Amino acid sequence: MTELQAGQSSEPLTVAPAGVQPLWSRYRDVMIALIALVVLAMLPLFTGSKAVLDFVIRCSAFGLFATSLNLLVGYTGMISFGHGMFFGLGAYSFGLIMQRTGVPVPIGFVATLAITTGVAAFIGAICVRLKEIYFAFVTLAFQMLIHSTILSWVSLTGGDQGLRGGIPRPAFLGIDLSNQIHLYITSCVLLAIGLLLMRQIAQSPFGYTLRMVRDNANRARFIGINVWRAKLTIFVLAALFAATGGVIMSLFVSGAYPEFAYWTISGEGIFINMLGGVTTFLGPMVGTVLLLMLNDTVTRLTEYYGIVLGIVILFFAIGLRKGLMDFVVEWYAQRRANTDEGG
Amino acid sequence: MVTQTTSGLIIGMLLFLVAVGLTLIFGVLKVINFAHGAFYMFGAYFAMTTYQLTGSFALAMLCGAAGTAILGLVFERFFMSRVYGGDVLMQLLVCYAFVLIFDDVVRMVWGPEFKSMGMPTAFQVAPLFIAGGVVPPYYLLLIGVALAAAIVLGLGLARTRIGKVIRAAAHNPGMVSALGINTGLIYGGVFALGCMLAGLAGALAAPVRSLTPGMGFSVLIESFIVTVIGGMGSILGALIGALLLGLIRSFGSLGFPLFTEGLMYLFMVIVLVSRPTGLFGKEVA
Repeated sequence: MTELQAGQSSEPLTVAPAGVQPLWSRYRDVMIALIALVVLAMLPLFTGSKAVLDFVIRCSAFGLFATSLNLLVGYTGMISFGHGMFFGLGAYSFGLIMQRTGVPVPIGFVATLAITTGVAAFIGAICVRLKEIYFAFVTLAFQMLIHSTILSWVSLTGGDQGLRGGIPRPAFLGIDLSNQIHLYITSCVLLAIGLLLMRQIAQSPFGYTLRMVRDNANRARFIGINVWRAKLTIFVLAALFAATGGVIMSLFVSGAYPEFAYWTISGEGIFINMLGGVTTFLGPMVGTVLLLMLNDTVTRLTEYYGIVLGIVILFFAIGLRKGLMDFVVEWYAQRRANTDEGG
Repeated sequence: MVTQTTSGLIIGMLLFLVAVGLTLIFGVLKVINFAHGAFYMFGAYFAMTTYQLTGSFALAMLCGAAGTAILGLVFERFFMSRVYGGDVLMQLLVCYAFVLIFDDVVRMVWGPEFKSMGMPTAFQVAPLFIAGGVVPPYYLLLIGVALAAAIVLGLGLARTRIGKVIRAAAHNPGMVSALGINTGLIYGGVFALGCMLAGLAGALAAPVRSLTPGMGFSVLIESFIVTVIGGMGSILGALIGALLLGLIRSFGSLGFPLFTEGLMYLFMVIVLVSRPTGLFGKEVA
């Protein structure tokens, strides 16, 4: 991890110059999120294309998933190769709750988060004390357990057919999620809130504790940090955001399929992080957009998606060894250094 | 009872061959070959094609093993060797890329449908009856080959000069390199050996299992569980772990058919919590 991240991931702790828009600097993240949300919300006014809106909905689902994985991979140095299980768990729990009980959507959502918390705390308690490679593979093993449970528990989950028959989406507070525009706005709002919360976690003292655990767990232990508890906390928190992504996905396809819990979702999550870069907060979001665009293009051209994706991964992993946002950040830092010299 | 035990032994022995390759590569190179299951798959497909072309079972086994060894060597020298010592993330990504590529290559060459190699004619004889159970003769061959591999590997590592060099390279590669031994060669050799064992397992499994792209992945996960139970880097641990897991699977399918997979994971969790280094592991996990 160190080579990739040394000295970059922690944003410089700059203090805003006195008198220069203190409100802006204080609520910068909130403002950016609000502006992005407004821009996204205006999108349906300009384009009638369903495909564009669908694309944004999928980006919200996978973006939340990938960014939450970055909390583990980038900020804490825990390479989870089974993070996709929470994506699948979220989709299935939400779908099942809505199908079986018919409660309003928000209650189904909260119940899904509660279930995810329980499962993630159980799996995390076993996994987080393991070292890098062990952690990666044991999380992967749990993912396969969940996937095979979904496949074999046919009476509950529908087996390899997935949850069929559609997920009931009763309207609440005037929001009707079976309407595409409503669903679109809702997923954008969930994405914005999710990203803001994760940004808060990453910039909080707890977020800096996580960076310290990543860089030197022993030193963190020495100054009295309970490393196990910190890792478990972020494991559960990240699982919650991944499950939110799963909920958006199940609302979008009005169902849940075993592929949502398959290991390739985790693999893609890891690659999204690599593609966008783990050293910036928005890297995974950029990676999500790129990967989904690549996905849509390639599956239209060839049925051998795996080969193309594999070659792209190799190009990034062996060739560039960095994500795209890392290059942007470097270029920006370089430019600023140059202007400083000039001035 | 005997039937269950032998089918457990079969599963266990195949798992052992895959897992011992995994644990050997980890012990020396300190990487987990996430693409190991793909070599198992290639072993099976190579064996099937050779058998269909030549009709010789021995040649099929040989091609399955040798083909994957060469493939493993190329994979290690050109790709894996670039990400040693660095990031675990990069190692996983390189392997992940190859899992995707290999699965698609198999789909391209052999097609996406289920294939079956068929039992070689030499073994199409009446099953043996041992202590009231039915045992196909092919099972005896399979167990014999796997046991022979275990013994050769164990003795080879413990007694021969090459074995000593490999153990030394696992312990301190810098020193071994300074003594004028080509560690790159050893790494490549060990990786190829590990892949060869996986390919052999695939070739042995080809007559009794159906072949499909992606067949290697569940084997990879199970053999990883084996190495966790047995202890990473230990050959004896891999053997015991694989046999335990095989017996759990075959007897578990009698008692709890829906929860067989769950039983394996449960067993892994118990070992991980009570003995994080595995039953025979020395390193700290």
